[in-house]
Amino acid sequence: MSKSPNLLIPALGGTAIVLGAAYGLSQRGHGADQIEILEGRVAQVEAQASTARQKAETQAARAAELELQIADVQAAATKRAAMPASLTTTAPEPDGGFGLGRAALPEEIAAWDVDVLPDGRGLPEGTGNAFDGEEVFAQKCASCHGDFAEGVDNWPVLAGGFDTLGDKDPVKTVGSYWPHLSTVWDYVHRSMPFGEAGTLTPDETYAIVAYILYSNDLIDDEFELTHENLGTFEMYNRDGFVIDDRSDAEYTEWRADPCMENCKDTVEVTMRSVFLVETPAEGGTESTMNNATADGLPSFTAEGPSFIPAAIPKVEQEESSTDQTEATPAVQQADDGDDTSQLVVAGEKVFRKCKACHQIGEGAKNRSGPQLNAVFGRVMGSVDGFKYSDAFKAAQEEGRVWDDPAMAEFLARPKGFMKGTKMAFPGLKKEADIKAVAAYIKTFGE
Amino acid sequence: MDEMFKPSRRAFLKGSAAVAAGSVAGAAAAQNADPLITELQDWASYTGVGVDETPYGMPIEYESHVVRRNVEWLTASPISSINFTPIHALDGTITPQGCAFERHHSGAIELRKEDYRLMINGLVDKPLVFSYADIERFPRENHVYFCECAANTGMEWAGAQLNGVQFTHGMIHNMEYTGVPLRALLKEAGADISSDKWVYVEGADASSNGRSIPMEKALDDVLVAFKANGEALRMEHGYPVRLVVPGWEGNMWVKWLRRIEVVDRAVESREETSKYTDVLEDGTARKWTWVMDAKSVITSPSPQQPITHGKGPLVISGLAWSGHGQITRVDVSKDGGITWETARLGKQGDIKALTRFYVDMMWDGAPMLLQSRAMDETGYSQPTKEQLREKRGENSVYHNNCIQTWYVNAEGIAENVEVS
Repeated sequence: MSKSPNLLIPALGGTAIVLGAAYGLSQRGHGADQIEILEGRVAQVEAQASTARQKAETQAARAAELELQIADVQAAATKRAAMPASLTTTAPEPDGGFGLGRAALPEEIAAWDVDVLPDGRGLPEGTGNAFDGEEVFAQKCASCHGDFAEGVDNWPVLAGGFDTLGDKDPVKTVGSYWPHLSTVWDYVHRSMPFGEAGTLTPDETYAIVAYILYSNDLIDDEFELTHENLGTFEMYNRDGFVIDDRSDAEYTEWRADPCMENCKDTVEVTMRSVFLVETPAEGGTESTMNNATADGLPSFTAEGPSFIPAAIPKVEQEESSTDQTEATPAVQQADDGDDTSQLVVAGEKVFRKCKACHQIGEGAKNRSGPQLNAVFGRVMGSVDGFKYSDAFKAAQEEGRVWDDPAMAEFLARPKGFMKGTKMAFPGLKKEADIKAVAAYIKTFGE
Repeated sequence: MDEMFKPSRRAFLKGSAAVAAGSVAGAAAAQNADPLITELQDWASYTGVGVDETPYGMPIEYESHVVRRNVEWLTASPISSINFTPIHALDGTITPQGCAFERHHSGAIELRKEDYRLMINGLVDKPLVFSYADIERFPRENHVYFCECAANTGMEWAGAQLNGVQFTHGMIHNMEYTGVPLRALLKEAGADISSDKWVYVEGADASSNGRSIPMEKALDDVLVAFKANGEALRMEHGYPVRLVVPGWEGNMWVKWLRRIEVVDRAVESREETSKYTDVLEDGTARKWTWVMDAKSVITSPSPQQPITHGKGPLVISGLAWSGHGQITRVDVSKDGGITWETARLGKQGDIKALTRFYVDMMWDGAPMLLQSRAMDETGYSQPTKEQLREKRGENSVYHNNCIQTWYVNAEGIAENVEVS
């Protein structure tokens, strides 16, 4: 499919027409001067024709060259396509491997391979009962899970919830939901207590697991849980699980061409978001309940919305300082220029890290951490009704008092300052945060 | 002023003020010369910041709102919690590591490469220990994958709850991983790779999160990854080494990976029995629901990203993904599901990775009920919330891949709603 003829035809054809016209004129007996003119023209036309011919030949040569290049590229592409694998092949895997790594030693495997299978394989020898377990649980677990495994704040509830699995908010506890007892032993032993994982002895673990079963009325307090009977213990919800059946139950139906037009007659808004989550210019998330109803919103048909709601009258945009006050609610209406009040505002944000466990302000109660009203100047470990670690009990006996340096050190490295504290929080890294949160805490007296 | 419109409204008013100046005069006929053009600006006269000012660059301060955020009341403590990727403010498909959602069970740990060990044991000929340097000597691959927490959109089972796509759909990120295929490590240790075997993977942090993966998947596309988006993993994503389990729920992507054990049955650990299982209406539960089904959401307009420019050209933008493979099509409805049109894909979707879609429209200022519906290579079409509830009830937390609806009013403010 050479392009050369196409390029040559217009060029040569054009010249032929001009030459033909000159010949026609010379046959009509004109004067010598005219012949001279015509001869001049012929010479001109021949010169033009020659130039055009040359040009056409150059173009034809170039076209032929490009043809060849195209053919080369096409041949290369065909060759690549015919290759068995693309160039982005998977990583090579030679037989016999790479000889990387070193042999794992038996004591290394023993240290890390501690998971327990549902049939009890992997359990170390040991024993425990609910009577012993109650004490261990109170000491190591109750600050989050409650004395009776009922759960504190948002921490997991471990007991009860039987017959709730069919409810909209099922209470999924060890008793009501967990299918295998091995899972409880394995998890408690490896991952609990929160902030002190891996410190429980096998016997402590058997005792805690027995106490959790006891809290669920699944055993009596004399039942001795051991490595021999744990793997065969039958849990309440052992038959409550089916293996993923979405491919039969759902995919068969939903792997179909979806509707594109007139899929419904009308559409109404039936619910509006319950929680408004604001994105403030800075800082964390504020969410507030939204009391809006679906009333007043248009219904939709194929013709569009039933009406266009009147725009809410526009409010003049105020200075951005208004935004800032709104974005930091509950902060004391203090004078903005004051350094302390700025510190307090910053401290309130930092305190969000503490809020999960500590309450402060009016009506503050002990949660998984003690309430913090008037903590500065108070003797350590002295809040009524809070179950302190042994470390804080000792500090209380010594009469140690929370002052600025002590608090700063504690907040920077809780476990460094008070070895044995139950506080799981790893500490505040920034000195500015420590100062700020201290200033915030100080705004709350008794 | 209506309380509920406060946050978005401010943004709207700010935006509309700027637009009013432009749209009243019209693009072709500005009445007053723009001082940003006619007057010499500081940045056009004074010199800027030199190199090395920030050896590792952060986004400019004007983008400081584009950050991960959490919802405090969801969990008991930030140490065992989750936050959300600001997907409302991102475009394209790759999630920058610095704003990719975090989920920790006992906090993010600082583990040096020098202190890193990976053990492979169980049903293997040669139990082995690898150092970090060993991992980097195996042939490696590059793949882009999404990682979605099974609980993404979990708060929406009961109804429209959280007013922001960051919070309803932000437990997802999408990165380009560099890593070693898990099968290479299994082979190196001479593992029993028969199809009835399982691989139990475990993290080095205090939670020692562990999950059981069937051998077929372990040999397929699972990666032992050490780089994301070209650089080392971030601490919060498992530095120095994490598992990448393409298309499967994020909880299985074990961070700070320290041990791989070949076992003859699923371990049925805490995370795979008491947590990442799906309670159905009758109280029974599905287990081993690993795959994340096809899902999509419009990221703009959305409650955190209202229309601020008034009528005229509007770009609707969103994300689609499927744990079963490639996204083949996304449809968008502006009337709550009566009429659908097929969206334009930003580029052909990668397998088990986020795909960006767009609908370019002229907005006439009429209210809209915006929805998107993803289809994947298996022909699966993303279900409505109603369809999901019919099959599963409302007891579940996980695997909610329903079609999301945003109500956009005449002012361009968007809100999370449920429709009939």
